[in-house]
This record gives sequence, C-alpha cells and structure tokens, in this order.
Amino acid sequence: MKYVDEFRDQALAAGLARAIAHEAGTGRDYAFMEFCGGHTHTLSRYGIADLLPPTLRMIHGPGCPVCVLPIGRVDMAIRLALSRPEVILCTYGDCLRVPASDGLSLLKAKALGADVRMVYSAADALALAQREPGREVVFFAIGFETTTPPTALVLRQAAQQGLANFSVICNHVLTPAAIAAILEPPGGNAPQAVHIDGFIGPAHVSTIIGSRPYEAFAATHGKPVVIAGFEPLDVMQAILMLLRQVNTGRAEVENEFTRAVTRDGNLKAQALVAEVFEPRASFEWRGLGTLPDSALRIRPAFAAWDAETKFGLDYTPVPDNKACECGAILRGVKAPIDCKLFGTVCTPETPMGSCMVSSEGACAAHYNYGRFRDVPVQVTDTAASRNQETA
Amino acid sequence: MCLALPARIVELLDGDQCRVELGGVRKEISLALIDGAAVGDYVIVHVGYALTKLDPEEAAQTLALFAEAGLDPATAFAQDDTATPQ
Repeated sequence: MKYVDEFRDQALAAGLARAIAHEAGTGRDYAFMEFCGGHTHTLSRYGIADLLPPTLRMIHGPGCPVCVLPIGRVDMAIRLALSRPEVILCTYGDCLRVPASDGLSLLKAKALGADVRMVYSAADALALAQREPGREVVFFAIGFETTTPPTALVLRQAAQQGLANFSVICNHVLTPAAIAAILEPPGGNAPQAVHIDGFIGPAHVSTIIGSRPYEAFAATHGKPVVIAGFEPLDVMQAILMLLRQVNTGRAEVENEFTRAVTRDGNLKAQALVAEVFEPRASFEWRGLGTLPDSALRIRPAFAAWDAETKFGLDYTPVPDNKACECGAILRGVKAPIDCKLFGTVCTPETPMGSCMVSSEGACAAHYNYGRFRDVPVQVTDTAASRNQETA
Repeated sequence: MCLALPARIVELLDGDQCRVELGGVRKEISLALIDGAAVGDYVIVHVGYALTKLDPEEAAQTLALFAEAGLDPATAFAQDDTATPQ
C-alpha cells in the first residue's frame, strides 16, 4: 500500500535505530512522551521499544479518547438506552466495551435489551435516523480533534434537514489542554507530575488543528514537540528529532508529518467545528481530573440535536475501581505492569479499566505486544531442538 | 481512535462523496471536509471522511530523511540543520 509500506521499511528502521543510539549516547537519560494512543500502539506493535537505547524511555500519554472517557459519561449513555425503548444508541466500536458502573458496559446494556449499535461513521448514525423516523437515534460521539469535524458535519446536516429524531451526546475533547495538564496537573499536585524531556505530537489531530497550537506550549514549558505520523519510521524519526532538540538545547515545534500536516491545519474543518461547537467550561478526564477549556459542547443554536438537552441527561462523576491504575498510567506516572490487575483479572477480553479496552490504550498495547518482554527469556535445549525440527 | 489511512481517490461521486481504493479495497467516503480533491489524489481517511490531502513531494522528502539519518552518523549530523523538515 503506497504511503504505508515504505514507512515501515526494515532497513531504514535499522538505520534510524543506529542514528538514535548515536544521538542518545551522551551519558544522560531521556524521557519522551508520545501523547497519542496511535503512537503507543505503533511503538508496541512494531517493537520499537527494543530498538531504543536503555537510557531512552518512552512514556505513554493520555491521547486515547476511550481511555480518558470518564465512567459517568458512559453511565449517561447506558441509562438513556435502558430507560427509553425508543432510543437507538449508536457509537464507535471502541466505546462498546468500556467498563461503567454496576458492572455494565454499552455492550452489556445491549444484552439487557437496550438498542445499542456500532457504527463506522457518524454518517451511518445520521442515515439510520433517516431510515427509522419512528425511533430516536442518539450518536454517542467521542474523540479528539480528528473525530470532531465529522460529528459537526452530521449535526449541521441534521439541522439543515430538520431531522428531529437525531441527536448527539458530545464527548469531544481537546488535545492542547491535555498536554498542558500532563506538565501542570490540576490542583497543583506537582509531585504527581512526571519528568518529560519532550513530546511526540499527534498525527491526525494535527492534520485538523495544524502545528501552530503547540507553539505556545513549547515556548511556555520549554519542551520540544515533534509532530509525527503513525507509521513506525515516522515515530523513530520523531524520536531522533527530539533527541537533537534536547542535545542542542532547543524547545521548538517541529513537524515530521509534513506530508499531511501544515502549520495552519484544515481551515475548512476548523470553521465547521467552530460553527457547531463551543468550548465547555470544564470536562472531567479519566486520570487527569476536571480540566478547564478541555472539551467541546454543542452550541445553543443546535440544542434541538443535543441529546444532553433534549433528554435532560445529568452527569454524575463516578470514581474508578480502587485497584485500577488507569489514572496514574494516563498521567505517565505508572506503567501498565505497575498495576496489580494487569494481565491477571484485567485483560483485553475482560477489561477492568479503560486503558485495556482500546487497542491504543497503554495497557492493551503492552498486553498484546509487549507483556513477554517483562519475562526473562530462558532458552532450553528442548526448545532449541523443537525449533530445529520445525525449521 | 484516530486511526486513519492514506487511500487513493478513484472516482468522484455526487454530494461531496468519492470512491477510494486502499490495498485493493474500495470504499465510498466523504470529501466534505476538504477542497479541491481530484481523481488520483491520496487522502487520509478517518471514520469515512477525508481529513486532508497527502502531499507526495513532502512524503518523498521525509523518506529521503530516513535514509539520510541511517547513513554514517558522523556524516549525517554534519547536515543537521538542513536535514530537519520544518
């Protein structure tokens, strides 16, 4: 596949690994955070962690919309779907298995009789509302700036068509606020903050918002940001660029993903989002707490399509499972293996916390691709002879 | 969640729609979020919408940077400033 395969080339990866080892060979330690779950997934899936020198640590960030969605928001959707038989609740597949209160998830609510459906696109939810005029179709929308423009588009289309049986529960959140919260935890609990030398910036979020929004952040906090694509060579090049910035004392915004990201981003999509959404005063993030100006809500002009207004939905905060370390993992303070539940009662099949649900979550990525790295390898003669037989 | 893949536009359709191809799979997606897309362009597709057009020249330059970084580090670093894409 063009623009995919060449960004996964093994020989080029080996060359980049040598360059990274050379650049990191200064005798000091480095810690970089990849903000996006997409980058976390790439680091794990392609074994990039094994190509990095031991003095370079990658910290997984909170850029996984499923992972930062607080339990109370999922509860809101489950309550609506269970209490109103006329409602068809549509959402992206990632949301269906997020553990909520009372041992429920949207998928379990479906088993209890709620009409919950998975959609590939916001447009599918809108089309369902057109096909089912006797039902109330509610789209449970989540995602960062990447996923927000499609939601804005269907809301505007619903308004233009006067489609009265369609509405949206908006959970869209904003990247810059979350990155800032990693370095400045709300409430001033600075000891919880983790030391980070630089950030790998979002790939597809940045196609929409551009590289400009990170400039103030880099300048204010003195931390370099390198925007990178989601392919393995993109991530390795970004790590190299971060090392070079740190080693030369720079804290700039650089763009590795120039094939898709410009400084200004997608202005058409930005205008559409601004027309339909406005900032929420505050929004609760799992693990990060309640952050000001970190999320969007539907503008009053579109209130007829805002499910929270239409159905009078109230948000009730719910604490996480006490044993679950998702919060600390999302802040980069702990690693998945620091959690007692990891790989025991909490697995991708039976997730206890949100980081195990999405394949981009730090726990799911480590479970699927990295958990055997934690186990010392013992090569025995038996294993060696078996390998010879099968070779 | 932000998963998106580059796909080639093979046919423009009515209503801001188009058909794209990726690895032999064809799918109808929306072009409503971008302007000026044509058949043959690569677009980055996310939840059924093209987010942006892909710039082939920038892609080629980025690939060249990867190759350059993997050369003898001593010579690659001599070109540091010019090698960093902005």
